[in-house]
Amino acid sequence: MTNSTTGMAAATGPVAPGRDNAKELDKAFRVVHRRNIRNGLIFIAPNFIGFAVLIMFPVLTLFYICFSEWSAFGDPTFTGAANWIRLAKDDLFWTAFWNTCYYALVHIPLTLAIGFGLGVLLNSKLKGRAFFRTAAYFPYITSIVAAAQVWNMMFDPNSGPINQFIRVFTGGADGWAPGWLSTTQWAMPAVIIVGTWREVGYFMILILAGLQTIPTELYEAARVDGANGWQQFWKITVPMMRPTLFFVMVTLTINSFRVLDLTLVMTEGGPGTATMVLAQYAYDTAFQDYEFGYSGAISIVLFAMCMVVTIIQFVYNNIKEK
Amino acid sequence: MSAAIPYTPAGTVHSADIPFNRRPVSPLKVAATAVGYVIMIVIAAFTLLPFVWMVLSSVKNNNEIFTVPLKWLPDVWHWENYGLIWQKADLLGWTKNTIILAVAVTLLQIVTGSFAAYGFSKIRFAGRDVLFLCYIATMAVPWQSYMIPQFKMLSSWGLSDSLPSIILMQSFSAFGVFMMKQFYDTIPEELSEAARIDGLSEFGIYGRIILPLSGPSIAALGIITFTNAWNEYMQPLIYLRSPELWTIQIGLKTFIGEYSASYDMIMTGSVLSVLPILVVFLFGQKYFIEGIATSGMKG
Repeated sequence: MTNSTTGMAAATGPVAPGRDNAKELDKAFRVVHRRNIRNGLIFIAPNFIGFAVLIMFPVLTLFYICFSEWSAFGDPTFTGAANWIRLAKDDLFWTAFWNTCYYALVHIPLTLAIGFGLGVLLNSKLKGRAFFRTAAYFPYITSIVAAAQVWNMMFDPNSGPINQFIRVFTGGADGWAPGWLSTTQWAMPAVIIVGTWREVGYFMILILAGLQTIPTELYEAARVDGANGWQQFWKITVPMMRPTLFFVMVTLTINSFRVLDLTLVMTEGGPGTATMVLAQYAYDTAFQDYEFGYSGAISIVLFAMCMVVTIIQFVYNNIKEK
Repeated sequence: MSAAIPYTPAGTVHSADIPFNRRPVSPLKVAATAVGYVIMIVIAAFTLLPFVWMVLSSVKNNNEIFTVPLKWLPDVWHWENYGLIWQKADLLGWTKNTIILAVAVTLLQIVTGSFAAYGFSKIRFAGRDVLFLCYIATMAVPWQSYMIPQFKMLSSWGLSDSLPSIILMQSFSAFGVFMMKQFYDTIPEELSEAARIDGLSEFGIYGRIILPLSGPSIAALGIITFTNAWNEYMQPLIYLRSPELWTIQIGLKTFIGEYSASYDMIMTGSVLSVLPILVVFLFGQKYFIEGIATSGMKG
């Protein structure tokens, strides 16, 4: 009960000394209540109207579009489960689905491990950590087009700097080196390397911010009790970081599932379909084949993947917190 | 012996300041620090080398870029590439469009976002928390999953090949509201309460108390929004067909396609597309980190 006029809490409190007084108070609170709703809505309206029309409405229509056929012109016509039957038999869809999982399953642990390691490292009192923090963060804010172009050139199988570096260890100029973006086998690892390079700094900062909220007394107490570094990490750092890690995991998972501009700029899904991900398949079906209904069905899968993973993590986080 | 150390009142001298009282540093700790530095230098090389290579390639002769063995520095530094590119690409026009977009998006996002955040944070009304939950929930919905219905909707309004479409799409994100609310929640309730009792309207409280306090978080939101708008690739790619509307990202991508063999020019263009963001980043670094840190505090 912190407040006097705005709060509803006070209305139910034992304030009223007499009957008439109580009635009047009640009336006054109702006026305040109504005024609060009005004021609240006024403040929220400018953002909410834009948000509802431009984001919430399209999300909701997606659930109708995915059951319809919709070309470049005209309105969507309802086709029932047709899109979904087609989806189940569509090899390219399943390729894109598994490629997305491949990207996520490697990218998530890799980014999390490096991000966490860096966060812990930069949380200690090393000199020059401000520089390292900036260096690690910088890729995240550079444009994807420029970044992808540089990496594409560096991944050049014959004369790119990366393979020249690898060949130093594999037997000089004729040594073995991966074919990177020119081979189906190595294209996805190359995309994952660039994805991790780009995002690791962002998650490092999130983790670093979380680490800084852990009181140092906890570690001191643990040291006095004879806990070693390993035990301190698992018994103090990880539990104390749970809210941060929850946020990091949700964001990281969604970022991985929705990956699109990276593959589009680096490989356009190729070679073949080696780096075709769900979001790009949805993009291609809509903007190259003009099948907006079918594209909607693919989008729903992407949407559902993000929701399911978020809910699982939410539930897991709540169980662990108890 | 005891006379050698003059008496000092407790607390003025830390035990470590007395030379022979310092605990010897264990070799294990020295090794750990050394490993820490090595890891950080490797990571910094991993993150920064692409940029170094980009800048160096931009001042090389085209056939110096891919050489075996690798050559880091050019024989002759071709700084004139930075003059030539303006004739080959409409960089000025692209930059102009990108600035228009980024500034408009940033302003709208800050104004509507901080306004809504005040409503969510400082005014109690029925349904507020449910409404806020809707905002948070859509943060888990990737744009890629609703880009198709959104595109259909905006093109039915006749906005498909125009800058306003991009501005509309980016200006009302839940992220801005969420970030500002996280910050407003840290401002003590008593402050707005006191003003309310003194008869200040909600707009007065917002304008004269909350807004002046939120400089750093507005800066953080502004810088993050500006950078995102500057770097956005997918939305302009889908929406902007006319070359005179292109942003720097779309322009650069097209340029790369047209001049696919002149790597020096491609790298020059890439450097120029990253440069403005580098400047923004170096000026607003502190706010960046603050902004991201606050947005991740609570899940």
